[in-house]
Amino acid sequence: MAEKTYLQAISDGLRQEMRRDKRVYVIGEDVGVYGGAFKVTLGFQEEFGPWRVIDAPLAEAAIVGSCTGAALMGLRPVAEMQFADFVSCAWDQLVTVAAKQRWRAGTPVPIVVRCPSGGGFSGGPFHSQNPESSFAHIPGLKVVCPATPEDAKGLIVSAIEDPNPVLYMEHKHLYRRIKAEVPDERYTVPIGKARVHREGDDVTVVTWGAMVYTAEEAAKQLDDVSVEIIDLRSILPWDKQAVLESARKTSKVLVLHEDTRTGGFGAEIAATIAEEAFEDLDAPLKRITAPDSPVPFSPPLEKAYIPQVEDVVKGLKELAEY
Amino acid sequence: MAVREAEPVASLSEVKEAGLDREDLLQIYRNMVLTRGIEERGHILYRQGKIPGSFYTGRGNEASAVGVATAMGTDDVGTPLHRDMGVHVTRGVEPWRVLAQYMGRRDGPTKGKDGNVHMADARLGLIAMVSHLPAMLPVAVGCALAFRIKEEPRVAVGWFGEGASARGDTHEAMTFAGTRRLSVVFVCDNNQWAYSTPTHLEYATEHVADRAVAYGFEGVVVDGTDVLAVYREAKRAIEKARAGGGPTLLECQTLRMEGHAVHDDAFYVPKELFEEWAKRDPLERFRLWLQEHANMTTEEDEEISAGVKKLLNDALQRAEESPLPDPSELLEGVYATPEDLDTPHHK
Repeated sequence: MAEKTYLQAISDGLRQEMRRDKRVYVIGEDVGVYGGAFKVTLGFQEEFGPWRVIDAPLAEAAIVGSCTGAALMGLRPVAEMQFADFVSCAWDQLVTVAAKQRWRAGTPVPIVVRCPSGGGFSGGPFHSQNPESSFAHIPGLKVVCPATPEDAKGLIVSAIEDPNPVLYMEHKHLYRRIKAEVPDERYTVPIGKARVHREGDDVTVVTWGAMVYTAEEAAKQLDDVSVEIIDLRSILPWDKQAVLESARKTSKVLVLHEDTRTGGFGAEIAATIAEEAFEDLDAPLKRITAPDSPVPFSPPLEKAYIPQVEDVVKGLKELAEY
Repeated sequence: MAVREAEPVASLSEVKEAGLDREDLLQIYRNMVLTRGIEERGHILYRQGKIPGSFYTGRGNEASAVGVATAMGTDDVGTPLHRDMGVHVTRGVEPWRVLAQYMGRRDGPTKGKDGNVHMADARLGLIAMVSHLPAMLPVAVGCALAFRIKEEPRVAVGWFGEGASARGDTHEAMTFAGTRRLSVVFVCDNNQWAYSTPTHLEYATEHVADRAVAYGFEGVVVDGTDVLAVYREAKRAIEKARAGGGPTLLECQTLRMEGHAVHDDAFYVPKELFEEWAKRDPLERFRLWLQEHANMTTEEDEEISAGVKKLLNDALQRAEESPLPDPSELLEGVYATPEDLDTPHHK
């Protein structure tokens, strides 16, 4: 057990898997000599060589498409999108080829696509997005969004082990800001299982990624409201049971996400709660999300875009008082 | 390094040099006859209303598909497309499974999940295509990358059409394969028409293969109706790739002898063009060549045709006996299970 940043935890998990399983390799832009734009694979090429830590041309469709081919030939590729935003260039390879291959052709495609996502540092419209809900709509894919260093390591291991294409959304704003104790040994965190980040009785917050910490800050500021925070960890599949249980316990639910509102994954959660726990609710479900705009660059605009602690405090108070 | 225009194959001795004996030649011929036969049966089934959706054939492309597939080694892999039934046939697909696939039956390779030639038997080293062309090229490159990582002397063959040459996946796949000198052969089925779009609206060079030089590898143009020339060029390219010589872009020139699919009468293709290419029908050409250069007798020819006919009659019966899938099977296999990875590939 040692204290590690979220970024070190990803790196550790990946390195451990590469050491124990020769089929695992990483591929992406600048992942080799440079060690990755965020240095997740720093030192990997020295240890594993240029054919297991592959500097690819600037060609996301070739990166992800080649992972599918290599996976079909028995390897366990881990692709890095330099920024999650660039996964749009590989959409077809993920959605058309990888996601449907097991279902229609019977051949599993065990690949991982790491997507450094999220805003909070003036990355602007093309370096800050949270594309998880787009992929949550695609049967055949899995999508995970770890929030803690422990989960970051356990979920990268689970993603590599999983026989399906897994999008691993790693939040850039957590990379060096979040530190915690992480077990040294290999372990997995089950995909599709939520985690109770904080127990409470009055209001449930359902969230994931960096918003877990925004919710936590807000909860700390409210002495008279007992807030339960459910960290989903996985978006596809998602832990419906854990969310419904908490909703039934507190009877008030706030869904919080950094992605935009319309068609965001919060809508799916809200619809499910309305279908299955309507009778248990004491207040209308509330969503706090980014507004329906691209991610802005300038700090005051970005602050207005990303849900802030005070927004969540206000939402929690309204729910508590309802 | 410019594009090379391949010469036709002239004599039996040349063929022997390329590694084919008389038996092989007759087998190639049989595969071409069977390829066309499967698609002709498909046409009948379609007209009988037994094939849901649309129906696609590769008439005119038999030599190209069979020629390339014959040049592949047992452990090589490929991503054939909807004009490449000859690849499935040459690799050993059972015709009844193809007919079952056409009809959406449970015994088709996709168990009714997908239609027409969107199928492949992984045990034959083939990967099922998607409609988004040429999305399979990066996948083929990934197979070759895996062979490089695992240091296996295997080659991947990726097919695309001249229409799909316009899309970015072609560029990305060839760029990556070229920079890493991967063991992949890109085969362009240039049948001159992408649905109704002629070649000059798809690419501005003389040949698609002209592009190869820009990716740092060799481009070859071959008459796609000449099965032996296709075989020879594919063999060269595949063995070059296997030996570490990097990719080749092999462009097989044909004419799509039917519409894009059954609903399309191809009114936009000049009649004279069809007439001109009908004279170069790949099966007829090879039949004549075999008679002239390999002494194929009328009896041998008839025996092959009769054998294929019987095979297809049996296949049809077996395919029609295959049940339609049950609605309960819809969700099967959306996600793979760990047991799915329990194959020799994934060990």
